[in-house]
Amino acid sequence: MAAKVVMEALSPTMEEGRLVKWLKNEGDAIKSGDILAEVETDKAVMELVARSDGVLRKRLANEGDASPVGTLLAVIAAPDENIDELIAGAGAAPAAASAAPAAPPPAAPPAESQGEASTPLEESAQAAPVMAPPAPPRASPQPLPPPAPPAPPAPPAPPSVGANGRQRSSPLARRLASDRGVELSRVRGSGPGGRIIKRDIESAMAAATARPKPAAAQPAKRLISREGDYQDIPLTQIRKTIARRLSESLGPIPTFYLTAEFDMVRATEMRAALKEIGDEFKVSFNDIVLKAVANALADHPEVNAHWMADRIRHFNRVHVAMAVAVEEGLITPVIFDADRKSLSDISREAKQLAELARQRKLTPEQYTGATFSVSNLGMLDIDEFTAIINPPEAGILAVGAVAPRPVVVDGSIVVRERMRVTMSCDHRVIDGATGARFLQALRRLIENPLLLVL
Amino acid sequence: MAVLTYRDALNQALREELIRDDRVFLMGEEVAQYNGAYKVSKGLLDEFGPMRIVDTPITELGFAGVGIGSAMVGLRPIIEFMTWNFALLAIDQVVNSAAKMLYMSGGQFPMPMVFRGPNGSALQLSAQHSQAWESWLAHIPGLKVVTPATPADAKGLLKSAIRDDNPVVFLEGEMLYNTRGEVPDGEYTIPLGKADLKREGDACTIVAHGKMALLAMQVADTLAKEGIAVDVVDLRTVRPMDVETIAISVRKTNRAVVLEEGWEICGVGAQVVDFIQRECFDDLDSPVLRVHQEDVPMPYAKNLEKAAKPDAAKAIAAVKKVMYLA
Repeated sequence: MAAKVVMEALSPTMEEGRLVKWLKNEGDAIKSGDILAEVETDKAVMELVARSDGVLRKRLANEGDASPVGTLLAVIAAPDENIDELIAGAGAAPAAASAAPAAPPPAAPPAESQGEASTPLEESAQAAPVMAPPAPPRASPQPLPPPAPPAPPAPPAPPSVGANGRQRSSPLARRLASDRGVELSRVRGSGPGGRIIKRDIESAMAAATARPKPAAAQPAKRLISREGDYQDIPLTQIRKTIARRLSESLGPIPTFYLTAEFDMVRATEMRAALKEIGDEFKVSFNDIVLKAVANALADHPEVNAHWMADRIRHFNRVHVAMAVAVEEGLITPVIFDADRKSLSDISREAKQLAELARQRKLTPEQYTGATFSVSNLGMLDIDEFTAIINPPEAGILAVGAVAPRPVVVDGSIVVRERMRVTMSCDHRVIDGATGARFLQALRRLIENPLLLVL
Repeated sequence: MAVLTYRDALNQALREELIRDDRVFLMGEEVAQYNGAYKVSKGLLDEFGPMRIVDTPITELGFAGVGIGSAMVGLRPIIEFMTWNFALLAIDQVVNSAAKMLYMSGGQFPMPMVFRGPNGSALQLSAQHSQAWESWLAHIPGLKVVTPATPADAKGLLKSAIRDDNPVVFLEGEMLYNTRGEVPDGEYTIPLGKADLKREGDACTIVAHGKMALLAMQVADTLAKEGIAVDVVDLRTVRPMDVETIAISVRKTNRAVVLEEGWEICGVGAQVVDFIQRECFDDLDSPVLRVHQEDVPMPYAKNLEKAAKPDAAKAIAAVKKVMYLA
């Protein structure tokens, strides 16, 4: 049976895509899952995947053409099937949906404002069904339960969305959802017109709690409660004053910098030891830093935070972005739940993400949603530098090179492997002492890297 | 505690305050020799004599003005209107003289006086004599507006009203005079501006005042049989309004229904809803609903009068609607 290939919404915000390159020719045999073309979205170059078997009978878009989502791009059909009628409709309004039965049409993106609390990866499952991310960032051996309850049985559109596209919910439901980390766009409203009300949030919470948890327990060292993905902290008067006064002095983000120099002798020894065991266990200093930062953040939610203008959001989950230099600039792919991943997982994932970044193949879900960032110029022989905060994140750690330096140990000058880091802090969120305590925790982990493999 | 009628509770309050302070006197139509149109002042002429219990001609504007003048020279008058419907004739004195005297005299003339009488509808008194005036009166800066629902509240609030140095309008109810309730023995007062939680629950808040507070309690008892426990906040004083008690309740129940005897537009309930949306926005799980008299002059015909008035069925329907049960 003939199937249409249409421009799909490959990111939650995509409205139009440019066909960069056809990877199949007319007449080629196609199997479901084959990559038909590369499509440039508003954010990245992505793959357009076939959803049915047959022959690529007709290509209707040229390389370089930009088409709105839904536009007919090609037809896959049996070799002798009559496809005239399908092609005749090509000039008309964009096809409503792909004909492939197994693939639901891309759902309308949930309201932007609801997206903040979401796990980006779950959105990808909803909004970009054809995406085949080469390295699912959550491929952790101990997967976490997703934060939100499972979506109700395949609603045709996001639930509770009114005629004007706005999701209806009572003020109380919104507050409860925010307090408890429930994503409103995943809740079906039972009130009039689909309004989400208190009882809907409560049943969503009940469903979330009822879901079996994976047997693998999280590290016992966790100091903070993990109820919900984050906690919103209302601004106290002193925080408001700090935010207002310091932004007047240095704005819009009143940044200050904390520099520390860490001893890297043990980290160097650990790297060497791991490499000795086998190349597959090789980790970089950057991997060690990422893991240490993640673990320190898990115990310091006051640093693992976003500035939300009217409140501060402390995250219970740790999503660390790492700055990767690419041809035209830089991009910051995210290692999700980095505190719960092993050092070797982080090493592997960091390598994959960096590679994808350089190929411009990162999906939006892979470079949004970070709670904190790390930028490392050590490999470019920079001793120390300051990095610029990526708002709404409250901090970024700039990492310099590991190099031998003279230091005083027990009263005598010795040469040790040292590394300087500088944390840029948004003073509206992080105070000097707060940031310093975080760096103390980080120092302890990096100078005693065995703590990272516990 | 003694069980008294609302009428006798008011009578006790008047008597105790007449004894307590010889500047206090009662004036109005039929208050003395006839013992009051609703017998609230029964026995007071005999006990206090015609200087303290004063019959007037049928001249509301006149005796309201005389009362204000006496307050200006240091007395503490209680002006009885046979009903608040008749008080319309005196509204210029209440609104333009009593409410503004302290302000416009630069503090020279306090107005320690009470205007009191029955308010709201009774049965088949038709359009002109079945009106609830609290929203009019509560609109005026300078007036305090008190609407007791029970005998105990009636006594405690009237004593506070008489002792208050500001003009207080005290709205009783013809249908309330014969209601009974426990009244504390001995001396007590109830402060103006404090609401009272008359039923406790967590499903919904019903805010009401005056006669409607009784309806609210009846509704609460009916709903309790269905397992729905509601808070009943009796405002007791419409102005100043006890916003805090309302807010505490709504923050607990997340929903509210406001009952009132009067009409919808610019009613007391509209003000209550305004306070709730300001104070409790993030606590609301549903829009606040109001139950009130239909937007018509009160019909005389029994069936139409019944249909026009707020009642238990309307209130229960509203509670269920805000609970998303209907």
